[in-house]
Amino acid sequence: MGGIHEKMDFDKELDARGLSCPMPLVKARMELNALAAGQVLKVVATDKGSVADFKGWSDAAAAVELVAQETEAEGENTVFVHYLRKVS
Amino acid sequence: MGDVSVVEREMGLSPEALSSRMTELEAKVLELEARLPEDRVSIVVFSGELDRVLAAFVIATGAAAMGQQVSMFFTFWGYNAIRRARRLSGKSLMQKMMALMSPRSTKGMPVSKMNFFGIGAKMLRAMMKQKNVSSIEELQQLAAELGVKFVACEMSRDVMGISEQELREGLESGGVAAFLADALKSRSTVFI
Repeated sequence: MGGIHEKMDFDKELDARGLSCPMPLVKARMELNALAAGQVLKVVATDKGSVADFKGWSDAAAAVELVAQETEAEGENTVFVHYLRKVS
Repeated sequence: MGDVSVVEREMGLSPEALSSRMTELEAKVLELEARLPEDRVSIVVFSGELDRVLAAFVIATGAAAMGQQVSMFFTFWGYNAIRRARRLSGKSLMQKMMALMSPRSTKGMPVSKMNFFGIGAKMLRAMMKQKNVSSIEELQQLAAELGVKFVACEMSRDVMGISEQELREGLESGGVAAFLADALKSRSTVFI
């Protein structure tokens, strides 16, 4: 799903830079708890494993949908951006 | 009425027989539904080493974040992961010896390989910190916040003479049936 360059809409952004497994997932869960069904959470992570992790989460749970994933350059670092929609 | 007679002719079933078959099937479906696994993960923590317990808590917090109900069962060496103090009073000689040779709390847990009298564990903790990996203590706190159920095995607690004052708060107590009651409803059970 990478390479979507048009601006995605989101309701809340979570900065998960520097966090490693399982913290991007755990923090995202806590943020999603505060959102309403249908709202979108943007997660910015530096953990490379987060790409497969968020994919796995949305595959396994009907309550969360992975809308898009992007890889962006941020200075010297690469960041992984995930858009999660709370389904229910 | 024309439809009913078609059913009767084609299937050789009277409307009454058909309706009782349906009732029977509905009951069967309900029975099967009740036996389906839930969104639940059960973890047995048998080991008491930093690296293994870390794996258990990463899986527990990850599963809880993914929306699974998580139960963790602590038994034998796994008690190292839920200890917070050491009390010797009330223990038998052998229980005292065992307590003295066990870590006081999670902070004193060894690593399963290359421990070198605790140096290995200190190094692993330092390396994890460097890479910004959460500590066991942080993951435990998070697990509790995410609603992970902690169950302490009554039988091994009794054998080792561990008192409640030695253990963290918020523990349930249970035996093999308490574990199996959750494990049998789980999609996945992990033994560490």
